[in-house]
Amino acid sequence: MTTSTRTVSGDAGTGSGPVVVTGLGVAAPNGLGVEEYWRAALAGRSGIAPITRFDPAGYSVRIAGQLDIEPKKHLPGRLLPQTDHMTRLALIAAEEALADAGADPKEMPAHAAGVVTAASGGGFEFGQRELEALWSKGGNHVSAYQSFAWFYPVNTGQVSIRHDMRGPGSALVAEQAGGLDAISKACRNVRAGTALMLAGGVDGSLCPWSLVCMTKSGRLSNATDPDRAYLPFDAAASGHVPGEGGALLVLEARAAARERGARILGEIAGYASTFDPRPGSGREPGLRRAVELALADARITAADVDVVFADAAGVPDLDRIEAATLAAVFGPRGVPVTAPKSLTGRLLGGGASLDVASALLGLRDGVIPPTAAAVHCAYADEIDLVTGAPREARLGTALIVARGYGGFNSALVVRR
Amino acid sequence: MPTTTFTMDDLTRLLRECAGEDDSIDLDGDIAGTEFEDLGYDSLALFNTVNRIERDYGIRLSDEIVAEVRTPGELLAEIAEHL
Amino acid sequence: MPGISEQRPREPRRVVVTGVGVVAPGGIGTKQYWELLTSGTTATRTISLFDATPFRSRIAAECDFDPIAAGLSRREIRRWDRTTQFAVVAAREALADSGAVGEMDPHRTGVMLGTACGMTQSLDREYAVVSDQGATWLVDEEHAVPYLYDYFLPSSMATEIAWMAEAEGPVGVVSTGCTSGLDVVGHAVDLVRDGMADVMVAGASDAAISPITVACFDAIKATSPRNDEPESASRPFDRTRNGFVLGEGAAVFVLEEYEHARRRGAHVYAEVAGHASRCNAYSMTGLRSDGKEMADAIGAALGQARLNPHDIDYVNAHGSATKQNDRHETAAFKLSLGRHAYDVPVSSIKSMIGHSLGAICSLEVAACALAIEHSVIPPTANLNEPDPECDLDFVPLVARERELGAVLSVASGFGGFQSAIVLTSPGRKAA
Repeated sequence: MTTSTRTVSGDAGTGSGPVVVTGLGVAAPNGLGVEEYWRAALAGRSGIAPITRFDPAGYSVRIAGQLDIEPKKHLPGRLLPQTDHMTRLALIAAEEALADAGADPKEMPAHAAGVVTAASGGGFEFGQRELEALWSKGGNHVSAYQSFAWFYPVNTGQVSIRHDMRGPGSALVAEQAGGLDAISKACRNVRAGTALMLAGGVDGSLCPWSLVCMTKSGRLSNATDPDRAYLPFDAAASGHVPGEGGALLVLEARAAARERGARILGEIAGYASTFDPRPGSGREPGLRRAVELALADARITAADVDVVFADAAGVPDLDRIEAATLAAVFGPRGVPVTAPKSLTGRLLGGGASLDVASALLGLRDGVIPPTAAAVHCAYADEIDLVTGAPREARLGTALIVARGYGGFNSALVVRR
Repeated sequence: MPTTTFTMDDLTRLLRECAGEDDSIDLDGDIAGTEFEDLGYDSLALFNTVNRIERDYGIRLSDEIVAEVRTPGELLAEIAEHL
Repeated sequence: MPGISEQRPREPRRVVVTGVGVVAPGGIGTKQYWELLTSGTTATRTISLFDATPFRSRIAAECDFDPIAAGLSRREIRRWDRTTQFAVVAAREALADSGAVGEMDPHRTGVMLGTACGMTQSLDREYAVVSDQGATWLVDEEHAVPYLYDYFLPSSMATEIAWMAEAEGPVGVVSTGCTSGLDVVGHAVDLVRDGMADVMVAGASDAAISPITVACFDAIKATSPRNDEPESASRPFDRTRNGFVLGEGAAVFVLEEYEHARRRGAHVYAEVAGHASRCNAYSMTGLRSDGKEMADAIGAALGQARLNPHDIDYVNAHGSATKQNDRHETAAFKLSLGRHAYDVPVSSIKSMIGHSLGAICSLEVAACALAIEHSVIPPTANLNEPDPECDLDFVPLVARERELGAVLSVASGFGGFQSAIVLTSPGRKAA
């Protein structure tokens, strides 16, 4: 092997120009598949409901954005014993995204396609089943699939195998912020010469064990009315609800996408990631810097942004910080802000990727999907929150903001 | 000695339970001589199935069995020696 | 600031290792670690962290880790999983070693950590509590410890280290199974090269010697059942090898943009000259025998480093001591390095410190940095009967002195991940 010539997937940084999105796959509590989700988002149809996968009566949190599927309808039977619910959703979204892009990695040169996903707790329901087997019956009852079905990069591995994607593979964890970090990392792979990257997050493995873990974040809503459980930016905000799903994006260099005649949904134009200082340090939170650095990375100013997809934590202190940040960067009510995640719950590693998908669909259709109708914005002097009904607008550029529990801030800019 | 038997039907039942089944493959046909790989089962699928057989039938098969047997027929023969 | 939409600067930013910190079996701290590795001593033993009697493989390479002696407070010990404790202690050593504290701009400093298993040990233990030893699926919220969400998210350890290092740049976790410790260094290097940070505290930690981990490797018979001879159980490239020996540990680095390091007169261990990762898209656990994806990763890493195969003076192998891995890897070296594969010394330190899953590759990168620093190649212990199918120079038993200009470290992991990284000596002349 000579080293002077670069391989198809050479990682040396060939500077291939802008990276664009050519395909989307979505799995959301209010819609499986891109168009079903998008119809629900525009109609303000919520996927948030009482938990039915198990009896939540004994828990402080009883509401979630649960996404149930009939796995046999979507996946080969051989994959079922070895996959967590979360991985099944990821496999469904991956298939849709590649089909949407009109791309088949099996037909591409070896190593020309890769995968980066965002994760949080991994395949937790699968993990709970095996922990139960271990503790109640003994170690020899633990599944041979446990060695990977629970682990964080399982979606990357399973998707790469199913579609023969032998290029770069990775998985990132930064709770909600990871969904943007994964897209940025995949953009780097495309810039470095990998022809196609599948990137984003599909997450959320709802089971008693994951729910108990998540309640300890102190950020989940104890409300029992699904319509009142997750009210970001509302005076009555009392936390969020957990949800399942996310989105995967097909990324390619714009020149290559044009050459093969692919439909281009938009460009990933800028990104930045920052971290909050230790609480009590007196230093400013990192969110504003993430937003400003992402705009700078896209070489645009705040005035160029047509819509912001907010992190929308649903926790009063965090909502206040975000509203103040957006007002400081864009001016009071300077840009429409929305939070379609108020209809899905927060999807851990999947939520921010779904927001990127929503932003791209919004650019495509010239419409801003609304925040849940029940939300009455308590920061109306600072942000222009789109609630209740979609708002038609000429959209050229969107900013997506994501914060991960523990201090992670990421921001990403997409444009037509 | 106990008179436990382990048939091809038992094996296909456990394969389905432990490792799933692809629609394109008929496990009820004559598969004794078909390689596991052609049936869609990799080493993980076999480990899962073999571990289950060991538990259910109280036998201990060789550590190398998954690497060594290539077909359901060969696996049945190995199991028969341990019953 | 260059980012997504732009091309790399014409003169790419170079990234160097200026600090190393280690928590490893056989010794806490870089000094003890290097003494162990170069003496060819093994740290594998019978598991003492829990009662492993019911399990098939009952051996591991454990860290003799005293958190109080390591400087952690009682509160930290109570709250933090062992994985986080290791990471924090290793990061402290790396930061002190680099001399960079006080010279890092928080906005230009980031943290990136790798892990395969995250806080598995705590999750395993706490599950037994809330489920009444597995008796109830509807686990009990009332009896759950308050730290469960920090155990759920492996990123919680990145948070602790970012706060400690006062880092407010990019922070996160890279998790790619057993290649995590290599991929995380690569990712951190990319962030510095792209201009998103000038300094990254990066490395990996795993402390997963726990019933659930031991059980899941038992289920696929990947670990060695040589319970009667724990000290010599990990036998990479040996004819008698029969699986890996589980390990634990952490290694963390201070990675710094070259000019940033030079301006402050920092000691440079090595430059990270290239890295790459591939998926084999074959199996979540199995390896194609041809080694093609690992070979491609090696080729790409060399290409990025602008090196030829014959420039590599030492290869730190994955060498897990499973039957399959060691053959796969031998094939990958021949495919990527050609004739040179037969000439270059290759060794596996897993023979001494076991396989600490996501952490091991960072420990191996640390070994490579120290090998360059000291001009010594650590040996492959327990290699007494070479496998004829693994017919390269695997540096059996005894360390070897050699000036090292460029070294290669590789990794292979569940999920199909294959990765390679190239480190070069600061004194090495540019090609």
